[in-house]
Amino acid sequence: MRITQGTFSFLPDLTDQQIVSQIDYCITNGWSIGIEHTDDPHPRNSYWEMWDLPMFEVRDPAAILVEIKACRKALPNHYIKVNANNPLRGRETVALSFIVNRPQREPGFRLDRQEVGGRAIQYTIHSYAADKPEGERYDGERTDSGNGRG
Amino acid sequence: MECISETQAAQDEVVDIGVALRESNIQDVLGELDGELIGLVPVKLRIRQIASLLLVERLREQMALCADPPSLHMCFTGRPGTGKTTVAMRMAKILHRLGYVRRGHLVVATRDDLVGQYVGHTAPKTKEILQKATGGVLFIDEAYYLYRAENERDYGQEAIEILLQFMENRRDDLVVILAGYKERMDSFFQSNPGMHSRIAHHIDFPDYSLDELIEIAELMARQQMYGFDEDSRAAFKEYLQLRIKQPLFANARSVRNAIDRIKLRQAVRLVEQGGRIAKQELARIDALDIRQSRVFQGGLDGAEVHSPAKALQV
Repeated sequence: MRITQGTFSFLPDLTDQQIVSQIDYCITNGWSIGIEHTDDPHPRNSYWEMWDLPMFEVRDPAAILVEIKACRKALPNHYIKVNANNPLRGRETVALSFIVNRPQREPGFRLDRQEVGGRAIQYTIHSYAADKPEGERYDGERTDSGNGRG
Repeated sequence: MECISETQAAQDEVVDIGVALRESNIQDVLGELDGELIGLVPVKLRIRQIASLLLVERLREQMALCADPPSLHMCFTGRPGTGKTTVAMRMAKILHRLGYVRRGHLVVATRDDLVGQYVGHTAPKTKEILQKATGGVLFIDEAYYLYRAENERDYGQEAIEILLQFMENRRDDLVVILAGYKERMDSFFQSNPGMHSRIAHHIDFPDYSLDELIEIAELMARQQMYGFDEDSRAAFKEYLQLRIKQPLFANARSVRNAIDRIKLRQAVRLVEQGGRIAKQELARIDALDIRQSRVFQGGLDGAEVHSPAKALQV
């Protein structure tokens, strides 16, 4: 099941050229780019791990594409996203966030129903991938991935 | 080989250099270079040569005449204050106009920005600067400080290696300009032959002559809406003649500092004088403002203590 998180996630995966155009737009707006990755696909997992530090004052998207490629190479079966942070006073938040890499096979989620008092039912979604420990969740995964930069 | 096997039809194509020149707008930048920078004749000549070469390379590329992307890394040598940074800024503009760098900004770095304090600190630091400079020009001032011959465990070597790798592999992304004193740059290249061979253009910045320095002073004063009169011009010439002989003379930079101090003395003189003064008096530099300099008494300028109390009294 294809995870749809962030901008453009209902479109086919962006090509590198399209990614560069989006980053170019971010830089033109003065947003700084950060790259994050995770292998826990749960929608409530908002704490992804940082790939290096956010790139402030970078003026050219090529420098960021190099980092995206390095991250993909190290973690080919992780979800990787690009965050653009708008530093303007009053905004100071993520202005654009989109996925640039996803695992080959995404097994998806199962729905758990839990009967609680008074025959009420509580629902929860459970990621099949998350059954395995971190770093081993997707096929062909390296086990020593940790947080990037080996 | 491929170049020669072109068909006759393709060889009859024509390009209009005039149009290409106009489209690239480099004439403006070269014009600015001529107009705003005084002297530096050999430098301007070299920049024009490089600009023409790059333009022709572009046309050759359009015509599919096999063209390796030219190596653009440069080395500017010269004494302090001879305009290396200023020319580097113009160079970034020219390269941008000709489409050799995408953004055309200039990132200035010194050893401190590139070399770390401890093991593992250098690589991320150098990489960060290279990231910032991507798409533009990286200007490394006093590049020879990167290499310290006396300490073989110095982290500078690591920075140089990362730099070299970048200069070779990501030529499309970044142009590196090294700058510094000629002699020290030469010995730096001797100990780093890899660096020397990757730099295509070596440009030497000559010292300014006395007349050129006076012209620079006039230009600087004019830009700040000040003006010399006959007497003060003569006084400034005398001042420069003395100053050039002193140690730590830094060409145009010393001229700028001298003008800053002259402005101070002029302000003190006007305040002491008091009363109503005409507009042109506010802009005029008097010979007295210059002659008060300690250089005339054989001292170094900048250290004078001309009636500081009086200036405060007002």
